[in-house]
Amino acid sequence: MATVNLETLKAGETATIAAVHTDRALSYRLAALGFRIGKRVEVIRHGRFSGPLHVRIGATDIMLRKKEAQKIEVQTLA
Amino acid sequence: MKRVALVGMPNTGKSTFFNRATGASARVGNWPGITVDLLGAKLLLAGEMVELVDLPGIYDLHGFSDDEQVVRHFLENNPVDLVVIILNATQIERQLSLALQIKQLCLPAVLLLNMADEAKKFGITIDAEKMSTSLGMPVVMLSAKYGNGYQDAHKIITQAIQSSMPVPPEKLQVLLAADDQIETDMEVVLKQTVQVPVQLSDNLTTQLDRLMLHPWLGLPLFFLIMYLLFQAIFLLGKPLQDGVGWLLEAFKQGALEPLLAGLPAALHGLLIEGIYNGVGTVATFVPVIVLFFLFMALVEDSGYLSRAAFLMDALMAKLGLDGRSFVMMLLGFGCNVPALMGTRVMRSRSLRLLTMLVIPFSLCSARLQVFVFITAAIFSPKAAPLVLFSLYLFSFAAAFITALLFKNRFQNNEPFILELPPYRFPTLRQMVLRGWHEVRHFLNRASKFIIAGVVLVWLLTHFPQNVAPGSIDTWAGTIGHFMEPVLSPIGIDQHLAIALIFGFVAKEIVVGSLAVIYGLEGSALTGMMAQQLDWVQAYSFMLFTLIYTPCLSTIATIRSESKSMPYTLFAVAFPLGLAWLLSFAFYQAARALGY
Repeated sequence: MATVNLETLKAGETATIAAVHTDRALSYRLAALGFRIGKRVEVIRHGRFSGPLHVRIGATDIMLRKKEAQKIEVQTLA
Repeated sequence: MKRVALVGMPNTGKSTFFNRATGASARVGNWPGITVDLLGAKLLLAGEMVELVDLPGIYDLHGFSDDEQVVRHFLENNPVDLVVIILNATQIERQLSLALQIKQLCLPAVLLLNMADEAKKFGITIDAEKMSTSLGMPVVMLSAKYGNGYQDAHKIITQAIQSSMPVPPEKLQVLLAADDQIETDMEVVLKQTVQVPVQLSDNLTTQLDRLMLHPWLGLPLFFLIMYLLFQAIFLLGKPLQDGVGWLLEAFKQGALEPLLAGLPAALHGLLIEGIYNGVGTVATFVPVIVLFFLFMALVEDSGYLSRAAFLMDALMAKLGLDGRSFVMMLLGFGCNVPALMGTRVMRSRSLRLLTMLVIPFSLCSARLQVFVFITAAIFSPKAAPLVLFSLYLFSFAAAFITALLFKNRFQNNEPFILELPPYRFPTLRQMVLRGWHEVRHFLNRASKFIIAGVVLVWLLTHFPQNVAPGSIDTWAGTIGHFMEPVLSPIGIDQHLAIALIFGFVAKEIVVGSLAVIYGLEGSALTGMMAQQLDWVQAYSFMLFTLIYTPCLSTIATIRSESKSMPYTLFAVAFPLGLAWLLSFAFYQAARALGY
């Protein structure tokens, strides 16, 4: 199955995290917020004017910029 | 004395628990990382005094942000008898890692799972007993906000502290170095003890977000909410303010004047025209300030600030800032000092410095007093709210222009990731505690700055002794004369010049010093000002007051947070220059247009 980066998902789509391509400090922060390999992530909405993404992992809602979302590789479910 | 450390992730209700346990009013905010200073309190547990320390909210102990460093350094250097871990039960899936990190350090610990009420609503069930066995530490379900489970927590903490053996800090330093085992441990414990529904129920937060973060309505709604809040503050505040003013005047006429009638003229003048009028004029603003902070507390604790960060991030990114910078600017509308300290959550120094450069343009509650006072004196009741609103717009404009000018000098590529906590309505108790905290802070400043300030202003405007008070021959007149070449091009006369000089120390003094300079108070003072100033002068004065240095405390905070003297000097000099240029442009343009 092909993987894409998180930023390409549309609002309402869910995927599984396949890899996180960031530096060590950021990957720790992301892991603490729930971005771990194998976890399901749902994109709730994209901000206006190339604004940040609003995603949900488990019971946690998180916003992150497109730039960071592009570094997170996900596997779509369908 | 035994020491208990409170550890938890941001937004777990740690501060609420701390407040309940100690009765102190630590600030409670629904914003990751808002408690930046270490709060400590002593309390009695099982007949023994114990020190409870509230550590900053952290995601893990790896130590990449300032807050995480603080916690790590604290544990490495202070023997701790017990760690009380507070986690959010609704987010137990990811938060459990922190408990395991503490356990791996062999620190004696108890685990409190807070927000048990919310978890129940989400359909999350937690077997506390089983979790306690598999973690090897006591586990209690808790709702710090409503006080449920609080007695169990108290009992377990008391038991744990009696039998605990502190770990020597040196051993901790070694243990902190290695913690890779946690990932696998976490999966095992979670599988055994926690059941989370695959799809969370469509709850209130999701529905509210659909409206509040709506692609087109989100931003207009945000500005509408802010506008209504400020309107409400003045609608409710004005009658209260008039009431306090009436009471103070009645007290002066009925009790103070007859009582002090026998005193020598100079002392009588100092006490009544100096201290009482000056401090009294400031005191009438206390109701507005209390209301202001009650509303701020409501917005801050509700979780809406993170949404504001989401909505504004796209624009802020173009200014070299991020959504957090915007939230700090909003907090700055209360007081610039905590907003400046709040920038500690940013890891990039450039981003922090740029944010700290723009925060002081936020029209803080102290400046608000000055503007409410002057707009009420000079402008018609219909125009006054619009004038105030325009000053808020100038406040944002000054911040945005400054960021644009300097974003290349403070370049950063800090990632921006932020939790959006569920909406919560703060309890009345939280709001009252917060309001009281702010009033205390205000009175504290009043006793420190305002009395000293108004006395000094009175002396300057009444000495040397043989000249007419407030005239050009007094010391104040001499200073005003000296400043004239700089201030007359922006329409500021010698009376206002003195107020500006004292406003450098603290804006709270400005209104009080105007009362002393003119030797009047209440409606007599506003009437006199309306006679002496036209609206162009008044607006120019307010523009200058808005943009130049907020107060000495702000400068001191910029110095201590940036740890750089050249930066601090720049942060004082640039706004001063900008203030003068803006006032100059406004004043000269208005005069050229014939106003």
